[in-house]
Amino acid sequence: MGGPVVIVGASLAGLRAAQAVRVAGHEGDLVIVGAEEHLPYTRPPLSKELLRGDQEAADCALPGADAVPGADWRLGTPAARLDRGAREVVLADGTTIAYNRVILATGCRARTWQGPGAGLDGVFTLRDLGDALALRTALQAGGRLVVVGAGFVGCEVAATAAHRGVHVTVVDVAPHPMLPLGPELGGLMADLHRAHGIDLRLGTGVRALRGPGQVTAVELDDGTSLEADAVLVATGAVPNVEWLADSGLTIDRGVVADATLTSVDDPDVLVAGDLACWPSALAGGAVVRVEHWTNAVEQGRLAGRNALVDDPAQRTPLTSVPTFWSDQHDRKVQAVGLPGAADEITIAEATPDGERLVAIGARDGRLVAAIAFNATKRLGWYRRHLAAGTPPAQVLAEAAADPAALGAAEAPTVAGT
Amino acid sequence: MKVHVDMNLCQSHGECVFAAPDVFDLGDDDVLVWKEDVDESQRAEVEQAVQVCPMAAIRIEG
Repeated sequence: MGGPVVIVGASLAGLRAAQAVRVAGHEGDLVIVGAEEHLPYTRPPLSKELLRGDQEAADCALPGADAVPGADWRLGTPAARLDRGAREVVLADGTTIAYNRVILATGCRARTWQGPGAGLDGVFTLRDLGDALALRTALQAGGRLVVVGAGFVGCEVAATAAHRGVHVTVVDVAPHPMLPLGPELGGLMADLHRAHGIDLRLGTGVRALRGPGQVTAVELDDGTSLEADAVLVATGAVPNVEWLADSGLTIDRGVVADATLTSVDDPDVLVAGDLACWPSALAGGAVVRVEHWTNAVEQGRLAGRNALVDDPAQRTPLTSVPTFWSDQHDRKVQAVGLPGAADEITIAEATPDGERLVAIGARDGRLVAAIAFNATKRLGWYRRHLAAGTPPAQVLAEAAADPAALGAAEAPTVAGT
Repeated sequence: MKVHVDMNLCQSHGECVFAAPDVFDLGDDDVLVWKEDVDESQRAEVEQAVQVCPMAAIRIEG
């Protein structure tokens, strides 16, 4: 495979794909198209270190982005079309780029507020560097921030802003923050935010944003009106697939691929990152889409490698277990697997104060996830069980008998009673 | 080759431990420990660790 490889999307998945293409020995043309002006950067600090002011934009650069051999970066102009007949990517300015293999990695964008008050000043979303810098400036004045949405981004920004002395209220229709963690762990996250002075309004949606020009209030479905100097809308992300509308590719929110990240419609089209839908062995073959950092790394690497394999039957399937993390206040939440797919989440081990714990998620009697609070090393033990397919009951029994488990040393002993 | 980890950046995500378990490990306090002198045969694993580190804290020399 010596023809041009074109990667559409210049963020983490695109970068890892580009690196993998070169490592795998491709010496031909390598073009990476990005809508943003920047070389790939890392987004997790945008809601934390950068927003706090501990880091600047330059600190978010991804090492190695400027060192992909012979990479032709086309930055600042989004792709507008994929013409599979002509085997070309068409950019918004009309430029065409021929490909032999193309990797789609255009990711997601933040979902915006579409209700009354859309377009008011002081209403933010958080996805890219520009968003983060604008929100940081707004928070410098202190005042009142209302966060709409208690997911990852909403909770992280709430924690960061509260530590900067901003008065923070978080609103969500869900009964607890971080929905995929389930009600028990979600309840513990709610306790944590409230202990840090954050006002949580759960089980209620937002009816309208109010203000003349600049937002001044958020009106809730329950009739409450919250004063606001700034509003962050953190209600999830939307895959950037509109540019593929006339490509003929199967789209189901994201672009549908097989387990090797090859499009189900075209062996010369591969996918990676937030827009990739693929059948996950962990989910029993159900098609999933994962919007997390390590997923973008693993899929970028695999798509890059597989793009150089001419025979689709010889391509390698994705076997890595998804992982993600979130830092809120002094708690590091980490998960492996697919917590959102679990129908039951059970705490397997915990310290007596509940500050550190690991829980497992099961679905139809299969282990599908493990979640840790401040317990990375212990999570590794569960990650191995997840990869091995150990049944949940056996994992719980082994954890209960493991002297290295959290709280094991403090547990009352049976002997002598 | 030598493996360097910037412990001012490391936040103990543990991804490197999975990428290269013979090189990286976490102590019971979740603080990272690692081998500084690593055999060339483990380069691929260590390079994977570099790529999956969310903090970009790992660097290979040589």
